[in-house]
Amino acid sequence: MNSASILTAEAPNAAASAGLAPEPKVVARNVDVHYGEKHALKAVSVDIPARAVTAFIGPSGCGKSTFLRCINRMNDTISTCRVTGEITIDGQDIYDPRLDVVLLRARVGMVFQKPNPFPKTIYENVAYGPRLHGLASGKAELDEIVERSLRRASLWEEAKDRLGESGTGLSGGQQQRLCIARAIAVSPEVILMDEPCSALDPIATAKIEELIDELRTNFTIVIVTHSMQQAARVSQRTAFFHLGTLVEEGATDQIFTNPRDRRTQDYITGRFG
Amino acid sequence: MTDAVLTFAQTGPRKVDFFSEEAMARVQKRYRAEARFKAYGLGAVVLAGIFVVILLADIVSKGLPAFFEHRIALTVTLDAAKIDPEGKRDIEVLRAADYQRLIYDGLREEFPGVSDRRDRRKLEGLVSTGSGNDLRTLVLRNPSIIGQKTTLPVLLSDDADLYLKGIGTRVERAVGKGTLDIKQQGKTVELVGSAGAFAAPLADVKARLKRLASATEFELQGLSAAQATANAALEARREDLTARVKDFRQRSGDPASAETLDPATMPSELVEIAGGLVRLTEIAPGRAAGVVLLPLAADATRSDSWHRTTYTTPESNRRITDIEIAWLESLRGRKLTEKGFAWRFFTNGDSREPELAGIRGALIGSALTLAVTLLFCLPIGVGAAVYLEEFAPKNRLTDILEVNINNLAAVPSIVFGLLGLAMFLNFFGLPRSAPLVGGLVLALLVLPTIIIASRAALKAVPPSIKEAALGVGASHQQAIFHHVLPLAMPGIMTGTIIGMAHALGETAPLLMIGMVAFIVDIPQAISDPATVLPVQIYLWSDLPEVAFQAKTAAAIMVLLAFLFVMNGAAILLRRRFEQRW
Repeated sequence: MNSASILTAEAPNAAASAGLAPEPKVVARNVDVHYGEKHALKAVSVDIPARAVTAFIGPSGCGKSTFLRCINRMNDTISTCRVTGEITIDGQDIYDPRLDVVLLRARVGMVFQKPNPFPKTIYENVAYGPRLHGLASGKAELDEIVERSLRRASLWEEAKDRLGESGTGLSGGQQQRLCIARAIAVSPEVILMDEPCSALDPIATAKIEELIDELRTNFTIVIVTHSMQQAARVSQRTAFFHLGTLVEEGATDQIFTNPRDRRTQDYITGRFG
Repeated sequence: MTDAVLTFAQTGPRKVDFFSEEAMARVQKRYRAEARFKAYGLGAVVLAGIFVVILLADIVSKGLPAFFEHRIALTVTLDAAKIDPEGKRDIEVLRAADYQRLIYDGLREEFPGVSDRRDRRKLEGLVSTGSGNDLRTLVLRNPSIIGQKTTLPVLLSDDADLYLKGIGTRVERAVGKGTLDIKQQGKTVELVGSAGAFAAPLADVKARLKRLASATEFELQGLSAAQATANAALEARREDLTARVKDFRQRSGDPASAETLDPATMPSELVEIAGGLVRLTEIAPGRAAGVVLLPLAADATRSDSWHRTTYTTPESNRRITDIEIAWLESLRGRKLTEKGFAWRFFTNGDSREPELAGIRGALIGSALTLAVTLLFCLPIGVGAAVYLEEFAPKNRLTDILEVNINNLAAVPSIVFGLLGLAMFLNFFGLPRSAPLVGGLVLALLVLPTIIIASRAALKAVPPSIKEAALGVGASHQQAIFHHVLPLAMPGIMTGTIIGMAHALGETAPLLMIGMVAFIVDIPQAISDPATVLPVQIYLWSDLPEVAFQAKTAAAIMVLLAFLFVMNGAAILLRRRFEQRW
């Protein structure tokens, strides 16, 4: 808790050094998560800057995915899960009892570890979200949203002639890009990615990483990854989690070249994890 | 443990000779165990297969004749005076006319010689009592044929039909040798020929007497063995049998003596001669006497063309008498009988007359009942499954509910019948014997099956699909109804079809709510009295008429066909939609 508060005090400095807007998009303060008896996340406080990629790294079971899922309240689906503390997006508390999670998830999209397109057509996969939230007033507008989303996800060229085919018929990398297209179709502000490349081969991974870099200009991206090279390649800021606590957070260059905490250094040099 | 590790560490890798006797013996032993297990499995499969084949072969061989019926092409005079005496062609008058009588009249015209009242009754008994309805339908559809003669197929009665299907007696026919003099005296006739004219039938009769003597003697021996507890009645019986054995022996011992034929114990011997048929009552080597079944040419006194005919089953052992066989054979000889597919079996309701009974009523009853069942148990079952799987809080109460749903699936079906009787009939006062109540009871019975199958299907949908939907901002309910439920639907349908097939074959609970009644009318609505297919089978299997046994097997075939189709559909659905993600 103490170290976290110190870190956040230094966060604006670090953000400035990375050349980012000083105003954070997502602010977490003293977030604790319990799964039944298990204390999975302990007093995490972090600022996530807008229009940048923030990477969460750490060994398995360190709580990075748990924290990610707190940001769009996906943990609500687990009945034993209890979240305390405060998370705000643009200053609005997302755990406010008056808030409907549906509206939250429209603003905070998510891409999962394993590509999970709906077993429907490619078009339907992308159109589902906009239709749900009433973003398109007609067929033409919906077509436009689908095309724009697929273009942004770099899938349009491959998929434009087979929009009527099932999304599950695509390759693994294409499926994951379809999931990204599906997420950005509802125009969220934040996109959460939970190890989006762990089920993909290196070529598909490279494409996704390229895509993440492009998306950074429009979206705030938070990515959980096991690959430190990936974190170094795609992110501007990196947070290191260990045993449920946020150990260190800072500009990616600084974390990988000059970590302040011993545990971070041990982890990135491969001494544990 | 430690020892083993130590030993292993000390001995190091074990040297194994692949072809040492010990190694070979172990391998052989394993092979034998495998071969034994395979043999047990194969044996079980073959045994099960044999039973299935025997069962199906038995049902098909018994039931197949019921899909066919025999009719005679009968020419009927549609006498206007009898059908419509006032000539107004009033539909009610036409409907009320006695068409059965017209058919009987037509039949009598085919056999003008039948004048005796009792014989007339027998002749009329050849055709079905429902045949008049066919004629009525014909006339009502086209009243202009009144006053004309028309030829229509007339359904035979069950006994006549069975005879023509070859169930009843075997008929043997042989050319007679020599010339016979015919002396007609009213109903009786005497046939006189050369010395050996009737040698063959007489020899057969003597042989039968000999067999009869042996059979009676065997019975007598059994009786003598029981003499220890002899009493007066037993003694009298013994004396009677002794006398009969002596009589049979004596008669069979003398090949030339004349014989009297007893219809109770002897096959019927007949002679076809001069266009008629004579049943012999007395046979001597050179002459025979008998009664006329089919009239001979009135002026015939001599004929050299005659046939000997034998009905091998004694008359008292069959349901059809000699004269009826004679009539049927005569009709067959004139090419008036025809065999056709018994559409009636699918278009008629139940009947006391086997030849008229059909499964239409039971089929409609089953369809209505299953419709009610489906209407109630599919929405309730799927709703309950979705709630329990996705929405119910995980607590003790939910656990208890779950366990009890599984328990319900194992409750004997008759208990559901009792529940239905107490609740739907006695408490709610719903109509007895109605598909509505039957359907409700079966819905209770099938509900656990559908809930369990639906929950399994919902559980089989990967959670990632639901997460994906939640991730783009679908509410919990939207995620389930847009994505999870459609994906679970094939599994749910499979479970539902299997549940429906179960309900289709269910009998016991329906007995409790009165669906076991004899119902002739085809039900039109879910509140009409009705019966269902398995109950119809149960009802028919209880009836004494031989023809109903065939109907029973035929109804079983129809039921099995429906079950096969339903289970096939379930398998097809499962194959078709298996693992789409």
